Amino acid sequence: MSSLPRAASAYIVSLAVVALGILILRVPAHVPVAPVLLLSALFVLFESVFVFVGAFGMSLSYTITLASILIVGPWGAAIVGGSAFLTLGRHPLHRRAFNAAQFALAAYCAGFTYELLGGAPARLRIDDFPGILGPIAAANLAFLLVNSLLLTGILVLAEGAPPRPVLAETLIKHSPSYVAYGVFGLVLAVLWVGLAIGPLAALLLLLPLFVARWAISQYSQEQQAYEATIRTLVQAVETKDSYTRGHSERVSRASVMIARVIGMREDRLSALRYAGILHDVGKLGVPTKVLQKSGKLTDDEFASIKLHPLRGMEMLGDIEFLDEAFKGILHHHERLDGLGYPMGLKGAQIPEFARVIAVADAFDSMTSTRSYRNARTVEAAIEEIKRCRGSQFDPIMVDALVKALAKEPWTGSVGVEAPRILASNTPESYDHDDPSFASETRLAGS
Amino acid sequence: MRRQLDDERGAILVVVLAGLLVLTSVVLTAQGSPAMPWVALFFGGFIAVGEVVRISMPGAREAAPLGAAAALAYALLGNLGTYATQHTAWDAVTLTALATLVGALPHIAVGRAPRLDELARRLLTVAFAAAIFRPVWDSGQFKVPRDNWKLALFMVLVAGLAALLDAVLAAVVRADRDRAPYGAALRGELRAVLGLGSAIAATGVLIALAAQILGLWALPIFAIPLLLVQFSFRRYATIRETYRQTIRALSRVTEVAGYTETGHSGRVSQLCVAVGKELGMSEQDLQDLEYASLMHDLGQLSLTDPIPGGATVMATHDDQVAIAKLGSGVIRQTGVLDRVADIVERQADPYRRPHEAADLTLPLASRIIKAANAYDDLVGDSRESSRRLEAIERLRLSMAYDFDPVVVQTLARVTEHAAAHAL
Repeated sequence: MSSLPRAASAYIVSLAVVALGILILRVPAHVPVAPVLLLSALFVLFESVFVFVGAFGMSLSYTITLASILIVGPWGAAIVGGSAFLTLGRHPLHRRAFNAAQFALAAYCAGFTYELLGGAPARLRIDDFPGILGPIAAANLAFLLVNSLLLTGILVLAEGAPPRPVLAETLIKHSPSYVAYGVFGLVLAVLWVGLAIGPLAALLLLLPLFVARWAISQYSQEQQAYEATIRTLVQAVETKDSYTRGHSERVSRASVMIARVIGMREDRLSALRYAGILHDVGKLGVPTKVLQKSGKLTDDEFASIKLHPLRGMEMLGDIEFLDEAFKGILHHHERLDGLGYPMGLKGAQIPEFARVIAVADAFDSMTSTRSYRNARTVEAAIEEIKRCRGSQFDPIMVDALVKALAKEPWTGSVGVEAPRILASNTPESYDHDDPSFASETRLAGS
Repeated sequence: MRRQLDDERGAILVVVLAGLLVLTSVVLTAQGSPAMPWVALFFGGFIAVGEVVRISMPGAREAAPLGAAAALAYALLGNLGTYATQHTAWDAVTLTALATLVGALPHIAVGRAPRLDELARRLLTVAFAAAIFRPVWDSGQFKVPRDNWKLALFMVLVAGLAALLDAVLAAVVRADRDRAPYGAALRGELRAVLGLGSAIAATGVLIALAAQILGLWALPIFAIPLLLVQFSFRRYATIRETYRQTIRALSRVTEVAGYTETGHSGRVSQLCVAVGKELGMSEQDLQDLEYASLMHDLGQLSLTDPIPGGATVMATHDDQVAIAKLGSGVIRQTGVLDRVADIVERQADPYRRPHEAADLTLPLASRIIKAANAYDDLVGDSRESSRRLEAIERLRLSMAYDFDPVVVQTLARVTEHAAAHAL
């Protein structure tokens, strides 16, 4: 208990004392030894293999707990909950003690509520339905409340968390899970009492749930791998010209900031994030010489740059889930006045994603250091973007960017990193995202 | 590489078996009405719905978990409430066949007909379970609820054996289709059974047991966790497919930039996977091989001057090694593709150096990529058999040192097979 504040340790000890007190003083006349032992064993098993979901852990062991309440009554359920002390794996003593105490107390309160409202443990019959659902729901609620309160207590004392938000979060976040697990606990109890094959029924019921958990964890692992892979490959791609590293990442971040201000839906936001990361991937199709050329470009060279959104589409066309993101990538260099590329779309013809990315793209370009100029300040960049508001950029997106930056300061990168390997780095390269350059070249090449 | 008849021998065998079974069953059951028709209808409804909501699984599989579990439950059904069920194994087979067909109709209507061999396997599995269980139940050996433990264990045994049969049949189909050794295919299928298969078996048994108390309610109640399983696997399969598509797209980076020939990485990858399957690689290893082969040219991005035609086989050995290292460095940065990076790093290494023994630390995947890469650099997308044979000949001549002879032999077989079936 070395790292725990004194108050927290005292809290745990007192909980343990109360739990033990109840267990010793309220032993029932007839103790159902075999079911209690079996249920405890199952509880320990499932508690030992639980999966973390967010900051709080939820495990299938709650199903066993509620079933215990219905099968062996409050005292038996408290023993089952208390067996959390024996969870397999390396856990510090104070965590074992806390979990055991709080599960025991919560289970006892829930069982007590159940009996109070007319429930009779170990005598669950199909004819008792639907009347018995009331006491069961009440028991479920009682467990949830006691569990949440005790959990909030330890978090407040051990980590100084604010009590009310933590309590609210615990209750709201976990109520649906508790209801779901509660239903399964009920079903398990019915099977246990009625079929006399208790532990087997438990294993059969929980096997699919475990398999589902496994698939979900595989999914989230794969999801993270996907993120990491895209990020890294895009970075590798960025070293081809002398851009600063991380441009795509920052454009993605800025796009999401804008999108949140205009209230975009979460799932579209996620597609926009990827559109931001992948928007310049097409630049690879542009000859390196052109990307690294100093000074003004000829018409031909500018034409080859203008193809990069299309090149991006060529490469990414097979990725089904990108869907709306395609339009953002293809049209991110269009201008509101119709003078953009590749298709010269005007005004509302330009897809929403593209209008967001255009602003984010220009903003990051200006606030990053290039070898030919230093980064502009955020204020100066905003001024420049406002100047093109309505002509090049969508006013709504510009205003959203300003609003977002007011709330959250921009932490872009300012250093130039030389490309990692053999490609040479010519100074004074043209940055086609920079609006001021864009207007200059337009005059020269139009 | 189009599928041809000799690749589908396993599938045809399974489908024919199932077809005969269904015919027999329909003939036998048509002569009377089933016991408890409304029960049959209820279960049939769930089987049909299960087929409608079928899912794709990772590894190019398809499954209808809900349908399979409902069918298994009907085969294993003992007491429904207090009534002892009396349907026969043939009843179970006919019901499964009809209900599955009904459920398949919406898919057929939109052009997504289910795979016949998958349906056949499901039918044979259910028939197997019913053939063992129902006679034993009908003989009156089990008196519920007294004998519930024995009954439950017997059901678990039967369901387990049925799941094993399913894996065996799936391996028979896969071994022929992928031209893979039977042992490797079986191992892969058994691993898949551990996941979804066990969930289906457990749910089937549970429904059959719980029907004693919950009656027909057992079906919808226990369908819920299974639907959760289904949903989770579908999401998992989707993200894996997206991941694959993305790697494939990003691997074309070198082509769009003009460093490599168009379609090179795709062709090399296809060749590598075909060779890997014939050599019996596990599914995990095959996936690593696929990703590595798609991204094997990533290191070329760092070159100032592209190699003419992107043909690394023409570059010096030192250059090849340097490019491989650069590529693997990029891949390693993702933090999640270490095995893939290891494979890419060693793709230029020779199998044997002069006067030394074969390098057994060289991953099989690297040896395959080296050979397939060289082959495609020489042949490209040309269909001329002369070029193909010349390329194989050239690989054979360097066989003593550069390439693993087993890999080259397999590559020769794979390309010959592909050429024969492309005509």
